[in-house]
Amino acid sequence: MQGRSLGRIAWERLKRDKLALTGGVVVLVLVLVAIFAPFIADLAGQDPDAYHENLIDPLFGTPTGSLGGISGDHLLGVEPVNGRDLFARVVYGARISLLVGFLSAMVAVVLGTVLGILAGFFGGWVDAVVSRVMDGLLAFPQLLFIIALVSVMPNHMLGLTGTGVRVFVMILVIGFFGWPYIGRVVRGQTLSMREREYVEAARSLGAGRFYILFKELLPNLVAPIIVYTTMMIPTNILTEAALSFLGVGVKPPTSSWGQMLSTAIDYYESDPMFMVVPGVAIFITVLAFNLFGDGVRDALDPKGSR
Amino acid sequence: MLAYLIRRLLAAAVMLVVIIVVVFSIFFLIPKWAGVDIATSFVGKQADPASVEGVREKLGLADPIYAQVWEFFKGIFVGRTYSGGGDVTQCAAPCFGYSFRSEQAVWPVLTDRFPVTLGLALGAAVLWLVFGVAAGVLSALKRGSIWDRGAMVVALSGVSLPIYFTGMLSVAVLDIGLGWVDAQYVPLDESFTGWFGGMLLPWVTLAFLYAAMYARITRATMMEILGEDYIRTARAKGLREPVVIRKHAMRSTMTPLLTMLGMDLGALIGGAILTETTFSLPGLGQKVLDAIKNQDLPFILGVTLITSLAVLVANLVVDILYAVIDPRVRLA
Repeated sequence: MQGRSLGRIAWERLKRDKLALTGGVVVLVLVLVAIFAPFIADLAGQDPDAYHENLIDPLFGTPTGSLGGISGDHLLGVEPVNGRDLFARVVYGARISLLVGFLSAMVAVVLGTVLGILAGFFGGWVDAVVSRVMDGLLAFPQLLFIIALVSVMPNHMLGLTGTGVRVFVMILVIGFFGWPYIGRVVRGQTLSMREREYVEAARSLGAGRFYILFKELLPNLVAPIIVYTTMMIPTNILTEAALSFLGVGVKPPTSSWGQMLSTAIDYYESDPMFMVVPGVAIFITVLAFNLFGDGVRDALDPKGSR
Repeated sequence: MLAYLIRRLLAAAVMLVVIIVVVFSIFFLIPKWAGVDIATSFVGKQADPASVEGVREKLGLADPIYAQVWEFFKGIFVGRTYSGGGDVTQCAAPCFGYSFRSEQAVWPVLTDRFPVTLGLALGAAVLWLVFGVAAGVLSALKRGSIWDRGAMVVALSGVSLPIYFTGMLSVAVLDIGLGWVDAQYVPLDESFTGWFGGMLLPWVTLAFLYAAMYARITRATMMEILGEDYIRTARAKGLREPVVIRKHAMRSTMTPLLTMLGMDLGALIGGAILTETTFSLPGLGQKVLDAIKNQDLPFILGVTLITSLAVLVANLVVDILYAVIDPRVRLA
């Protein structure tokens, strides 16, 4: 009988989980939409920044057509006042959401893995310092600190300006507040594996510390890291949307879902479709990531009996 | 127990100092590195050089950062007198800073807005604890049933929906569409029914998100605990199932929930920024957002500090409750 690797077992479990697969497919589609946003907007014949004031009721500033001006040309309707195409703006908005969601999770994973593994492996004062910092960061009111940090950051840095700086700062700050979640898990796992026989065996064969760290321990940490990363991405997407909603994230005219919602709050009586479109976009994205994440967790968890 | 308490209190005190230092670094060092003149942002956009210099002198911005932190720290206990540029500004204790831009001390404004936020957070917490924990426990006990699946689908949707979107939707449908509620904030001392009615939607919206999170955690924890040996022992010695659940399983399920509750409540008391913005509630969260939009640094700093304090106190209370619930903690 041939042995099966953990990845193989996990994949077979994941394949049976219909909800998780659906989530995974939606995530894939969203990633493609984000990458090919300009082509998709072109296909629909729309530009996210073009004004269509002829579709706006001059008296109320709301779209003239029914349901927020949905038509063959404007698949999801148009924005109030200036008549920008919502479909194109939502498609472009996916770029910001996914970019910030993924990259901030990467920042958290790199920081959390390196610091967590060092704390768990070396113990002593290294562990004491890293653990205290993690406790402290987890106890901080995060959204407030993220808002505060993002708002004091300058508008020009490292050769970036405007939206570039905003996105860069959001990735760094969200990632920075996320690393303790990964770090705690990695530290705990490292601690429990440090004294296992295979590590002992490697040590007795003369393996150096860094060989043991990266060749023996790290591969065994991949499963929990993957699980926590997939669960962190949707949270980060929500944080980005919240920051843009509050007006400290991406600045107009760049479109982001949170920022569309913050404009929509002024029109929810007269043009409710304007709020529904970006809101549903956020919901579908985060739900898909959560479904996929739950599935990955169940598939990789050896305790799961399903 | 006493030793445990003292250890916790000391840890909280250290944390408080760390928080003050970190907050100061964020607001004073980062702009410095970035080459932004803080004095200008303390005065306002159309600041004339004389008043900028005055503020610089008043705040002691030319002093090293630790001296500034110390002055601020002292102000909390004994009050502070800002003098410079030919005039003097008084800030009574507890002085959490003074906004030269809006010409008011930070602390009175914060105490003014605090009841709104406190009412929002506590009301929502009651709702989410009752519904979230109940749903989680029932799901864990009836694992795989229609009820379990249904509850978990709702919970997953709940954690995937941004709160400002559910908030706007609920106002659009229940208030404007159906006219069932009036989502208009009325201060508590004006009219209790008006206040209650106005808070209803914010409570439910906020509680929905947290109930979803708590239901998921409760279910996972409960299922793990039901697999433990001591539960089997309890069953084996002939205890009836409801007693096993209530006396043995619930008690251990509570500990992680308590940790979460402490952090969540602490953070919310410091300003439920998103909820307050969505429903235009004049609480701390809305104030900090206004302050950020107007670049009114003293208020941002003040609210950030107060929130951190609230989290700190909430965590301390949780630690103490922990020792009451779980004897292992106070003996360790």
